[in-house]
Amino acid sequence: MSWWLFIPEFLAVILAFAVFGLDMVTPADKKNRLAWGGAIGLLVIIGVVVAYWGQTPRLYKELFYLDNFALLFKVFFLFVAVVIILSSLDHARRFLSHLGEYYGLIILATLGMMLMASAGEMITAFVSLELVSFSFYVLSSYDKNNPKSGEAGIKYIIIGAFSSALMLYGMSLIYAATKTTTFAGIFAALQQSGQLDFGWVLGIILILAGLGFKVSAVPFHMWAPDVYEGAPTPITAYLSVASKAAGFILLVRLFAMAFMPSVEAWRLLMAILAVATMCIGNFVALRQVNIKRLLAYSSIAQAGYVLVGVASLSPSSPLASNAIMLHLVGYGLSNLAAFVCVIVYQNLTQKEDIADYAGLSRRAPFVALAMLAALFSLAGMPFFVGFISKFYLFTAAADQGMIWLALVAIFNSFISLYYYLGVVKQMYVRSPEEPGPLAVPALINVILVVLVVLVSVIGIYPEPLLRAIGAASQIFIA
Amino acid sequence: MISATIVIPFLTALIVMAIPRDKTTVAKWAAAIAAFVTIVLTTYMFVNYDYQKGGFQFVEQYPWISSLGVSVKLGIDGISAPLMLLTAIVIFCGVFASWYVKDRPQEFLFFLFVLVAGVFGVFGSIDTLVFFFFYELAVIPMYPLIAIWGSTRKEYGAMKLTLYLVAGSVLIWTALLAVYVASGTNSFDLEVLQKVTYEPWVQTVFFAFFMVGFGVLGGLWPFHTWSPGGHAAAPTAVSMLHAGVLMKLGAYGIIRLGMVLLPEGAKFWLPVLIAIATINVVYGAISALAQKDFKYLIGYSSVSHCGYVLMGIGTLTVIGLNGAVLQMFSHGIMTALFFLLVGSVYDSAHTRDLNDFGGLAKVAPVIAIFFALAGLAGVGLPGLSGFVAEFMVLVGTFQTYPILGILGIIAVAITAVYVLRMLAKVFFGPLNTRWVKLPDARRAEVFAMSILGFFLVLVGVYPTHFVRVITSGVAPIVTRIVGAQ
Repeated sequence: MSWWLFIPEFLAVILAFAVFGLDMVTPADKKNRLAWGGAIGLLVIIGVVVAYWGQTPRLYKELFYLDNFALLFKVFFLFVAVVIILSSLDHARRFLSHLGEYYGLIILATLGMMLMASAGEMITAFVSLELVSFSFYVLSSYDKNNPKSGEAGIKYIIIGAFSSALMLYGMSLIYAATKTTTFAGIFAALQQSGQLDFGWVLGIILILAGLGFKVSAVPFHMWAPDVYEGAPTPITAYLSVASKAAGFILLVRLFAMAFMPSVEAWRLLMAILAVATMCIGNFVALRQVNIKRLLAYSSIAQAGYVLVGVASLSPSSPLASNAIMLHLVGYGLSNLAAFVCVIVYQNLTQKEDIADYAGLSRRAPFVALAMLAALFSLAGMPFFVGFISKFYLFTAAADQGMIWLALVAIFNSFISLYYYLGVVKQMYVRSPEEPGPLAVPALINVILVVLVVLVSVIGIYPEPLLRAIGAASQIFIA
Repeated sequence: MISATIVIPFLTALIVMAIPRDKTTVAKWAAAIAAFVTIVLTTYMFVNYDYQKGGFQFVEQYPWISSLGVSVKLGIDGISAPLMLLTAIVIFCGVFASWYVKDRPQEFLFFLFVLVAGVFGVFGSIDTLVFFFFYELAVIPMYPLIAIWGSTRKEYGAMKLTLYLVAGSVLIWTALLAVYVASGTNSFDLEVLQKVTYEPWVQTVFFAFFMVGFGVLGGLWPFHTWSPGGHAAAPTAVSMLHAGVLMKLGAYGIIRLGMVLLPEGAKFWLPVLIAIATINVVYGAISALAQKDFKYLIGYSSVSHCGYVLMGIGTLTVIGLNGAVLQMFSHGIMTALFFLLVGSVYDSAHTRDLNDFGGLAKVAPVIAIFFALAGLAGVGLPGLSGFVAEFMVLVGTFQTYPILGILGIIAVAITAVYVLRMLAKVFFGPLNTRWVKLPDARRAEVFAMSILGFFLVLVGVYPTHFVRVITSGVAPIVTRIVGAQ
């Protein structure tokens, strides 16, 4: 028994239940201790995960992978969870109640994502995905005093359940054809039969639809803006960064490891999905007035860029899988920085319209600077990770002979600059309605420094991260 | 040494931000010293460039993104050497031109120096991805610079300028990827990519991408409309850098990426380019005739003068291209001087309407003298830089397309009309009583004007080294295209 491979996951379970348990004995005004405990616990787990780097053990006949790809994203999810918990402190105290469960559920969602990253088989993948989803159903409706939060929870649970059902049906069709649920088994079966019957195609499409909901790809994106707007802002940040990345790594594992032999059959479908997602995300974002809805549509558009990478996956070249990983991490860090700014501004002023950001550069210069860096990175401007990751993604598309797709994606990136600059304009050009500096908590400043440094250092010198990503890409190359 | 010219402005940007906000003079001196260092470095490289050997010199290479085959490869050839020098001169003068900026001067210098680091990077890079990285880096600071510190319709002007330029880079980016994939070399290195002979359709399609994409920044008609409005909105130092240096990146990109990588595409499209460039020259000059706003007038004259650059490129002759590159340098200096003068007048007069002025030479003799100098360089008076450059461009044009050459000469005449009329209206005639107390140029500004004026005369009377260096850069390109029958 190689039970030791599960140590990080065991630790996460213990941590979550410790938080739930200690909540009962923690006085109401000391709940911050739970958050700090959770964050420190997660940092310890990061250390444990890193220790596995370089090994590729598999557990229970390909059921559970502990390869570099999984490890890289486990570290990423844990890091994001730490940032989310620490930037929730003020927000949770101000707007939310039942804080113990709140932090515990964040850790449970992280556990689900860690399992998703390792899943080598469809049922495992599905169960871990449900663990993530159920945590988020509760978390997105956590702001009880805000009717929009309740609406967000209901929307998310109904659409989420629907998409889970679609995906499960798709999986059953694949199982019917191959008599196996492991990715490796599906790969072998596909390679043998060579021919796609109707059940196959329908199965792949249904799974794609189900995962499309999770990563908010058009036309399965309808829930995202409402849920993003209604959910407590730290949860929105977590949804848009980690939950989306988790959906994508499952998508990449499925399509790169299981469905790769029939790549020519789904490549065009994926490319069309990418074009629709980028275009609709970007064009609708142009008209948004609420910053959370703007970031929701921008994150839909970003999902479109990642789909460009998925459409460019190839068994012979690591370019696309490298690019997807780089963009997921880069987009994640940039979006996280943007959301931390939104969280702190909302805490201090209770405002969340784009026009409310007028004159932020005078009231809180560093927050404005961090937001500027985050938005420029999202827009793909050089000096920030967004430039390198987009360049990488579109190079991968061109490399697979889809220069048209690269052109559409680059054009979309140009469109997005307009609405990102719209926020920059408010922050830097317009005058504030009520002057006077904002008292930004020191902890938030520290978090923003870390994120901005990461976003720019990776943007200038991505080689160390790319080396890790290159090692993670090995499993996708035949 | 090239890496130093990129890193120094960038570090300066950071240092300026770190200096306490009540010590703005310290920040300005730090910026001035850094800019002076770049002048020393670029002058050294320009003077020591071995034009008999040609090719890329002062080459440096550092690994960057190995999985994409990208390394930071820097070097300059005969085309970029004078342009590096131009950039250093203009930013040095730009610091003095912004000596009197009052609103958040350190942030202003920060964005200005990031922009300059980008421009040096573009001129200095041999790897195409690095080139594009710096190209975008040079474009983006324009938005905050104009939107925050600008004047007339600044938000509109800034947004329009940024979107036009980034739209241009959509085409450039796509073409870069197409060339990369078509080459099959798994490298973005220009020296590797230029050895490949690309299929005819790649050449024709993507040369057009490069031509239009860079043309937007180069002020190519009909994509020039962002330029006069953008210049009118921008603060003085930004106009100087933008018209003086940044617009040159457009023409430079057409030569460096378009003509070098896709010679057959160049052969196909350059007749079109020279025709459009002639429209630029004539249309810019005629539009300048109709302007009442000082900055718009200079803006349209820039469109016209940048047309000569594109015209020289379109001739596909050594002398024409030589003139084009020299015109980039000459116009860069001249237009920087123009915008500096206009900015100086506007700062104290708070109007730019030409009809409001009259007889300023009596109250502001220094401004009047430098204005006359810049104006005469613009007209192409022998002894000043504009003459040499435009003469070479027109010689090249007469060798290839005589009719367009005639149009070019007519445009020179129109230029003379609007420049002399402007001088007459603003500086001569009876003094408008409103301006009796108008101050002359301030000390820092006079210093900057003298430097720019010096280079206008220097290139006019001693263009020899410039021409030799530039020839070593353009001759191989022309031979390759004309020889690529």
